[in-house]
Amino acid sequence: MSASVAVAQSRAAPAMRLLPVGTISARAILVALMFVTLMPFVTMFSAALAPSGTYPPGLQWPANPQWQNFVDAFQSAHMDQLLLSSTIIALGVVPLSALIGTMAGFGIAKLAPKGSKVVYLLFVLGLTLPFEGIITPLYYEVRALGILNTKLAIILPLIGLYMPFSVYWMRAHFVNVPDELGEAAQIDGASAWQQFWLVQVPIARPAILSLAILQFLWTWNQFLLPIVLVEVPLERTMAGALGAFQGQWGTNIPLLCAGSLIILAPTVALFVIFQKQFVAALLQGAVKG
Amino acid sequence: MSLADSQRSRRARLPTSVRGRAVLVAWAFIVPAFIFYATFVLVPIGLSIYYSLLRWDGIGKATFKGLSNYLVVLSESDFLQILGNAFQLVAYFTLIPVAIGLGVASAIRNHLGGRFGAAARTVLFIPQVIPLVAAGIAWSWMLASNGVVNQALGLIGLGGIARGWLGDFDFALPAVGLIGAWVLLGLCTMLLVTGIARIDPSLYEAAKIDGASAWDEFRWITLPGLRQEIGVCVTVTVIAALASFDIVYIATGGGPGIQTTVPGLEIYRLAFAHRQVGLASALAVVLMLLVIVCVLPIQWLTRQPK
Repeated sequence: MSASVAVAQSRAAPAMRLLPVGTISARAILVALMFVTLMPFVTMFSAALAPSGTYPPGLQWPANPQWQNFVDAFQSAHMDQLLLSSTIIALGVVPLSALIGTMAGFGIAKLAPKGSKVVYLLFVLGLTLPFEGIITPLYYEVRALGILNTKLAIILPLIGLYMPFSVYWMRAHFVNVPDELGEAAQIDGASAWQQFWLVQVPIARPAILSLAILQFLWTWNQFLLPIVLVEVPLERTMAGALGAFQGQWGTNIPLLCAGSLIILAPTVALFVIFQKQFVAALLQGAVKG
Repeated sequence: MSLADSQRSRRARLPTSVRGRAVLVAWAFIVPAFIFYATFVLVPIGLSIYYSLLRWDGIGKATFKGLSNYLVVLSESDFLQILGNAFQLVAYFTLIPVAIGLGVASAIRNHLGGRFGAAARTVLFIPQVIPLVAAGIAWSWMLASNGVVNQALGLIGLGGIARGWLGDFDFALPAVGLIGAWVLLGLCTMLLVTGIARIDPSLYEAAKIDGASAWDEFRWITLPGLRQEIGVCVTVTVIAALASFDIVYIATGGGPGIQTTVPGLEIYRLAFAHRQVGLASALAVVLMLLVIVCVLPIQWLTRQPK
């Protein structure tokens, strides 16, 4: 009996007829959660529209909304340059680290040369590494390489720092691909390289996409490396530059809020457009990481 | 190339003749990743350990000091407070999101379908895609003396306890903890909601027939069924708390006093402001070990087969 009720309920729910009590209370809970989640953005937005330089109350629709604040924040923070700089850094990190992470995951899972298990263990050891743990030597290393204060100072270390997760993630994918596929390609006379590009990568596309999304988010939002390794805010990621603006505008709440909203807009926009892929990546990423 | 093709052109190859080459090719796939990892992670870890044995200002000559930096980190009261702060943050970063997430997951089990569920999912994930610094700025503003938190307190007649929360000696650390809880709440909730949807509904049916209370259901079906997901939430949030940096840097800068200073922030300060590279590195090694020591038991407890 209860099973048929459940079926009836699940049929009724999408049609919005006769919402059961459970659904109503569930929605009330979700609305409360969404409220808590969105509140910080709403109050930043209301503050961003207050006259520049004033100290507005927490939440109040301003009598005379100052949309100009967004323009001022954009210009005085050189957001266009920052967007470009962040994009260059992300483009420097994501494709290369996704590629070599995928290659290593494939090599360890499918080609498995002797000794690769030990190498894999070394990678896994790095999974929980807090970046602060190595930031000091990283600074001296990057300085010795002569790339301090350039974008490369962020790009190259990040690729290395992403390898534990990338290799772990891609190996987990390749381990589940049946061996027959690779064997069939080998019998066809395909080299390992051909097999990788023509057989394995096409199948691995969803896993690689999730990996790339996560690497993009981590890069775009990276804060510690930019503030330590790059002195000029305009050469940093947007998140790294935000730290400098807070010092610069700490007392001008409307401009600081407008600037923060502009800085978080690109990832939120990308997220809303590609939400299915993002949600999948974030959920799986947490589980596997 | 399809399977049919491969069957048509099946030619036997002699794998032994190319064995050595195959091993080289296999390593060629692995080595690029390993070079980056070794250069920018393994070598720095080694250097962190090496620096931690030195007294060095980062410029002049270093002197070997043995384990004395560790002695300072593990015995001086300021360092103990800083490490303690990290553990207090664990209480907020971990307990609040996991407890609320469990409550929400049990309450909305099987009710996250349709457009409404999809919208909720999108909104709850937003804190995961924005930079933590932005979350820090937003919440600094929420918790400021004329921010929305105090405004709301005034509305419900609690205006008397209003204050600048992040500057308050007693409330600054809990306030920072709250920011972290906000960032992690959505992720934990969604993980647990997805997990609970995978639990066999017939278990709940059977419990209902047996007259089990809601608590019994939670204790004997939901909790064991979500063990793995809870493990994931706890692991992610504990690491986020112990290794916190961005939020604290932006929201309080570690103050007032060292009330909200966490190991990550102290490492940054010691190494780059006070030029005490040895001490910073000893704290860094302690932090790295602390994370591993805290995460491993969680993995053990929750990764066993159900």
